[in-house]
Amino acid sequence: MTTTEEHQHQRRQLDRVVIRFAGDSGDGMQLTGDRFTASSALFGNDLSTFPDFPAEIRAPAGTLAGVSAFQVQIADYDILTPGDVPNVLVAMNPAALKANLGVLEQGATLVVNSDSFDERSLGKAGYASNPLNDGSLAAYTVYEVPMTSLTQEVCKEAGVKPRDAERSKNFFALGLLSWLYTRPTEPTIQWIEKRYADRPLVLEANARAFRAGYHFGETAELFEANYEVPPAHFPPGEYTQVSGNQALAWGLIAASRLAGLPLFLGSYPITPASDILHELSRRKEFGVRTFQAEDEIAGVGSAIGAAFGGALGVTTTSGPGLDLKSEAIGLAVNLELPLVVVDIQRGGPSTGLPTKAEQADLLHAMYGRHGEAPVPIVAAKTPSHCFEAAIEAVRIAVKYRTPVILLSDGYLANGAEPWRLPDVDRIEPIDPGFAAEANHVGDDGTPVFWPYVRDPGTLARPWAPPGVPGLEHRIGGLEKADGSGNVSYDPANHERMVRLRAAKVAGIARDVPAVEVDDDTGDAELLVLGWGSTYGAIVAGVRRARARGHKVAHAHLVHMHPFPSNLGEVLARYRTVLVPEMNLGQLSRLVRAEYLVDAHSFSKVQGVPFRAGEIESAIESLLKGSA
Amino acid sequence: MTTTAVPPTTRKDWASDQEVRWCPGCGDYSILAAVQMLLPELGVRRENTVFVSGIGCAARFPYYMSTYGLHSIHGRAPAIATGLATTRPDLDVWVVTGDGDALSIGGNHLIHALRRNVRMTILMFNNQIYGLTKGQYSPTSEVAKVTKSTPFGSVDTPFNPISLALGAEATFVARTHDMDRQHMQETFRRAHEHRGAAFVEVYQNCNVFNDGAFEKITGRDVRASMLVPLVHGQPIRFGESLQNGVVQRPDGRLEIVDVADVGEDAILVHDEQRPDPGLAFALSRLSHGPDEPTPIGVFRAVERPEYGSSMARQIADAQERRGAGDLKALLRSGATWTVE
Ligand SMILES: Cc1ncc(C[n+]2csc(CCOP(=O)(O)OP(=O)(O)O)c2C)c(N)n1
Ligand code: SF4
Ligand SMILES: [Mg+2]
Repeated sequence: MTTTEEHQHQRRQLDRVVIRFAGDSGDGMQLTGDRFTASSALFGNDLSTFPDFPAEIRAPAGTLAGVSAFQVQIADYDILTPGDVPNVLVAMNPAALKANLGVLEQGATLVVNSDSFDERSLGKAGYASNPLNDGSLAAYTVYEVPMTSLTQEVCKEAGVKPRDAERSKNFFALGLLSWLYTRPTEPTIQWIEKRYADRPLVLEANARAFRAGYHFGETAELFEANYEVPPAHFPPGEYTQVSGNQALAWGLIAASRLAGLPLFLGSYPITPASDILHELSRRKEFGVRTFQAEDEIAGVGSAIGAAFGGALGVTTTSGPGLDLKSEAIGLAVNLELPLVVVDIQRGGPSTGLPTKAEQADLLHAMYGRHGEAPVPIVAAKTPSHCFEAAIEAVRIAVKYRTPVILLSDGYLANGAEPWRLPDVDRIEPIDPGFAAEANHVGDDGTPVFWPYVRDPGTLARPWAPPGVPGLEHRIGGLEKADGSGNVSYDPANHERMVRLRAAKVAGIARDVPAVEVDDDTGDAELLVLGWGSTYGAIVAGVRRARARGHKVAHAHLVHMHPFPSNLGEVLARYRTVLVPEMNLGQLSRLVRAEYLVDAHSFSKVQGVPFRAGEIESAIESLLKGSA
Repeated sequence: MTTTAVPPTTRKDWASDQEVRWCPGCGDYSILAAVQMLLPELGVRRENTVFVSGIGCAARFPYYMSTYGLHSIHGRAPAIATGLATTRPDLDVWVVTGDGDALSIGGNHLIHALRRNVRMTILMFNNQIYGLTKGQYSPTSEVAKVTKSTPFGSVDTPFNPISLALGAEATFVARTHDMDRQHMQETFRRAHEHRGAAFVEVYQNCNVFNDGAFEKITGRDVRASMLVPLVHGQPIRFGESLQNGVVQRPDGRLEIVDVADVGEDAILVHDEQRPDPGLAFALSRLSHGPDEPTPIGVFRAVERPEYGSSMARQIADAQERRGAGDLKALLRSGATWTVE
């Protein structure tokens, strides 16, 4: 740690810091965290975020249930998680303090809005005495800042009424933290000016509050130092900051371009998937049609109709919606039409934990249909990876004429990270390969079109959208005769079709990249096999285990069905396989069934992501046990 | 858009090579014939015509047409057709459905397709029974219907499909029946011309599970006195010698009268284009089942922006204002920074 003298304050360098902003749902904590993140990204830090908010829009003010938090880790090196234990908590009210104290590091720094620690608010949070003066926070470094009154004061001069000014106190907190961590102020000021351009009073209040917070840090004798987290060393390139849902929406647009197919999204709003619908609805200049359907069944149904017509049909949802879509996905399996079903997983069962993340829909994606109805599954692993994963889902759907389920989760959906922009000109195009002519000779010798004649390589059937004379054909959910596609109840034909559909999907394994193993020494004793959003925590946990001298390898699956063709061989190489999942062991069950490996499941189903430390201890205890 | 003339076709050109598998004597046959004989007159192309259906006897319809076709899942045809019609405005999209398919499992999709006014021609074959599943009562079966699932008689009030469609803000609502090919064709032609969602209820006889459900009104010898033809701009009259008519009472109520009693001028003149659906709704309530004089024909035909066109216009506007989407710019639409 280096120290430089500046004004009366010291400036200390940190390699990383984890900050948690917490307040009432109405306090604007998500926005505050977002802006802090944005200026950190522009400053060049690596970062990872974890918005953590309740399902209720405004739970009773001041209560523990209403606390909304935003955690961000910023660092001068590549980090993969929003941090296990926050070093700093910004608490806008007693409830926010109480709800978050338990997750902080020992001796953490607390920046509290002391104005809100009145008897009423303390009571609502369930405090019998004021923690700011009863000695219970002695182990922490506490900064008491009267944020509400200071904000009201600077806003008064601008003619903003105290009640309205109160709402700008989150910008005061943002300003103060921007000073404390030497963040650039211009991006935030510019953002405020743009965002509130049509509400001059609000603009003025927020800008004043932000500057006041910054100056307060500078001039108040409260803080003995401020901190600097220098920029990280990123590979050269152009960067932006994206959330998973944004990257996913952009990936769908990119895929629609790559395939030359108009994008049609049929969707019904549901947390945490709605932002994809919102993002795509804004992008009409890309020819995107978004259809807010009457329910999830209509969402997927309309996407199937669009696919029949030759568009790229997509539907987005979360668990409860995926349940409703099951029958239609089975139809798409039978119709053998391209379709992408995006499931942003959340805590279940039923309504469960709408705003929290879980990975418990894997087996549903895999098996959640009646009959033998195999569906390829692709899973995104980081927020920015959602872009690539969306393109991959579309590629498989179009090439193999099949519905594909793309799994993300609430943590990826809302989490953000810096993203090195890909060169979109260098992404492989997707060939829709529409049928153009007859493909069979009828009994009378005339050429005819048969909708279920398969490509010998991929086993995919022709895609023949209406409009082409001579290719008129009827398809449906009833079993069809191999080749002609006419309705068939023939027993042997049914088995042949069941096997053909299964073989087609299984064959995709030949067309997906081999799973890569990160085994730095080449002789690891244990393999951590992960999938989805646990990527960051696993990589970080494996690094820590290695730092303690353990030989650990990591493989992360993107293709969940079919598995990459080398997976069996990879698993066989390691004596011990650990599968951390935010469910009760769904992938571990699949690999046990498929490869007869004794995979150890490590579960966490709390609606919050794994911490790197948890992965590290799981590795250690497994190695100890097997030694 | 193609400007070449549509080559003439005959009924045979619109029939597929698949054997029709409805029960002998089923009303579905005459509806199929009416459609296959009408299409050559509509100046449309086979390759631009799509029949979409759900599940049920009625829903087998697409297999018998030589057009593009999609036999989907129970109740979902209007939703599927919505995706197709909005992305392919060049196509003629027909939906064939049954009373159970459209009003029970698919009720939600039907009302929303109607209110959105998505361009599709919906033919709902109403046989007041579940045919394919062998004879349970349906949401249009009369109260006290005895079926396998209601051995003591059904106790629920049926839907009046015309009232339902009107209540759902449908812009085109009509009724016809399987015993009158000419009336069917005239009604289907009008429905097909309509720019938006057109809903046609077709009374259809299921001779196996609900035989004769409509014979009290559609039988050849009773038709004149039991069917009340709705003709735009014409007084609403019926009976062998048009001796009966419909009048509107001062309190708004509609009533069937002897024309002789009230005078010809008192008879209500049918106006299918009235913006307010109230009168059409009242007409749909004139009979409470197929045993009273029942209006047939077009109840309502009004103009309202069609959903797919509105959607397309928003896209065209966006492209005009912002230019065709630029992927590279999209990825840079937030703040960006460069690492050297
Ligand atoms: C999800 C689902 N539920 C139930 C069925 C069984 N089912 C098939 S057709 C039908 C009723 C059909 O009645 P209707 O729509 O009136 O058509 P009809 O056979 O009378 O022409 C039912 C219940 C099904 N195929 N799918
Ligand atoms: S069961 Fe009834 S509706 Fe179905 S085909 Fe037979 S007669 Fe027609
Ligand atoms: Mg029926």
